[in-house]
Amino acid sequence: MDLIIPTISQGLLWSILAIGVYLTFRVLDIADLTVEGSFPLGAAVAASMLVKGSDPFTAIVLAAIAGMLAGVVTGLLTTKLKIPALLAGILTMIALYSVNLRIMGKANLSLLQADTIFSRFSWISEEKQFVVLGVGFAVVLLISLLNYWFFGTEIGAAIRATGFNPHMIRANGVNTDVTVILGLLLSNGLVAVSGALVGQSNGFADVGMGVGTIVIGLASVIIGEVLFGTRSFWNCLLSVILGSIVYRIVIAVVLELGMPPNDLKLFTAILVALALAMPLIQSKMKSRKAVR
Amino acid sequence: MLQIDHISKTFNPGTITEKTALSGLSLHLPPGDFVTVIGGNGAGKSTLMNSIAGTFLVDNGSITIDGQNITKWPEHRRAKYIGRVFQDPMMGTAAGMMIEENLAIASRRGRTPSLRWSAPESNRTHFRELLASLDLGLENRLESKVGLLSGGQRQALTLLMATMANPKLLLLDEHTAALDPKTAEQVLRITTNIVESRHLTTLMITHNMRDALRCGNRLIMMHDGRIIIDISGEEKKHLTVKNLLQMFEKAAGSEMDNDSLLLS
Ligand SMILES: Nc1ncnc2c1ncn2[C@@H]1O[C@H](COP(=O)(O)OP(=O)(O)OP(=O)(O)O)[C@@H](O)[C@H]1O
Ligand SMILES: [Mg+2]
Repeated sequence: MDLIIPTISQGLLWSILAIGVYLTFRVLDIADLTVEGSFPLGAAVAASMLVKGSDPFTAIVLAAIAGMLAGVVTGLLTTKLKIPALLAGILTMIALYSVNLRIMGKANLSLLQADTIFSRFSWISEEKQFVVLGVGFAVVLLISLLNYWFFGTEIGAAIRATGFNPHMIRANGVNTDVTVILGLLLSNGLVAVSGALVGQSNGFADVGMGVGTIVIGLASVIIGEVLFGTRSFWNCLLSVILGSIVYRIVIAVVLELGMPPNDLKLFTAILVALALAMPLIQSKMKSRKAVR
Repeated sequence: MLQIDHISKTFNPGTITEKTALSGLSLHLPPGDFVTVIGGNGAGKSTLMNSIAGTFLVDNGSITIDGQNITKWPEHRRAKYIGRVFQDPMMGTAAGMMIEENLAIASRRGRTPSLRWSAPESNRTHFRELLASLDLGLENRLESKVGLLSGGQRQALTLLMATMANPKLLLLDEHTAALDPKTAEQVLRITTNIVESRHLTTLMITHNMRDALRCGNRLIMMHDGRIIIDISGEEKKHLTVKNLLQMFEKAAGSEMDNDSLLLS
């Protein structure tokens, strides 16, 4: 029971990644693997700045900018060079592995001695878990409001329309290369912020911390959609955030039940595969019922 | 309004699937011309429209709209001047967005999107009036997702979207072909209403000879990437399907082999 607060906090910090994944996977209709590189990129940028004594806010903003640049690279690869989006994301992800090592100078950077966003807000509570919860909640709220506003604007609507029907939005005078690049930029900016926050809350940044993040993001998106609905853009945002929290709770529960932590990624992959197959399974069940 | 000079387009040049879809085609449309386009399968009708709309660039020749040479412009830039309705009812709208949002996007066609609110309430009265003019009961469904509409409703909505920002040229590529006869008739009626009341310069491809004869003030027939028949004014008014077939045989030097054209 004493795990509940840290679990929700982790869910909040990771939900920023989930929103990023939602923006590409659902809004743009692209499976973007850049995420696996931009998440540790965010952590690496923030950590290397913090170790040098930089201000945590500046560190997070720079992490976001780095993530945005990574998104732009994938965007240029797929729109200008016509490389399929999936492959473009993989290329950026691989390249970022080297980039992240260069930024950190080594594979793992400890933040135990450094001033972080959480130590800045230690006045919220004596217990760190409540600090993380408070900061996580504030950041997620801010990001949700910004997203809601942005995707209601003309540019945001153009990006959403690009995902639904690129022909339509081109016929209405919008350059879809620009909207795709913008979408990838925003998505990876958010993912990097998530990486920066998770790194600070864990107390370290590691080049390997991106492995499997796309699947975690997808799991959150799908769980959220199934449990909390997709009626409107606001509803979708909320679903994704709650999905991320539920995912963390599920993981905490199965670990509590004795599943070895090394099996976590296998478990998550199976969970996502099942969830993605859900529509097919449901229609099979229905048609079987109809036959009877 | 539209000036096309000697455009050519060859797909997959230098391969065994090489196909010349347009060969040195020229066409001039004065403002307000409503032209129906007919021709057999593979005659190059859609290729002509896609060339004008900028889906791809032509190999040779030039395309000018209202004095602007747009030959090298990308598709999205030409959209400022061109409204389009596709054959597939899915193509012209964003299914996952509300009717209101689709209309809002279409209402600013050709203008670079900004950070203003996309679908402000203040648009609603105007949108409702436009939808009411379709007479399909859509005026009370501004917040419905377009994906919930029938094919005919979607085509009518696309037509509205293609024309609401006053295009200099309207391109219709068999936009009623995917609809059942009754709905097709309805959408065609809406089309002629909009085009004629606003004197829109229009190119309308159809497989239905009867529609081609009764709509518009001018008719062109394509064959092998060229225009082989071009009739307008009084002559068009008195044209019959039989005349047309005879003219085709004379011009193309072969029998009309396309059943779908005869059916109507
Ligand atoms: N993108 C493409 N790639 C290769 N070949 C193409 C392409 N588009 C059209 N063609 C070929 O060009 C020729 C003309 O095609 P087009 O679609 O313009 O004909 P159409 O007159 O519209 O015919 P239909 O009445 O069947 O729609 C056809 O032989 C077609 O196979
Ligand atoms: Mg065609």
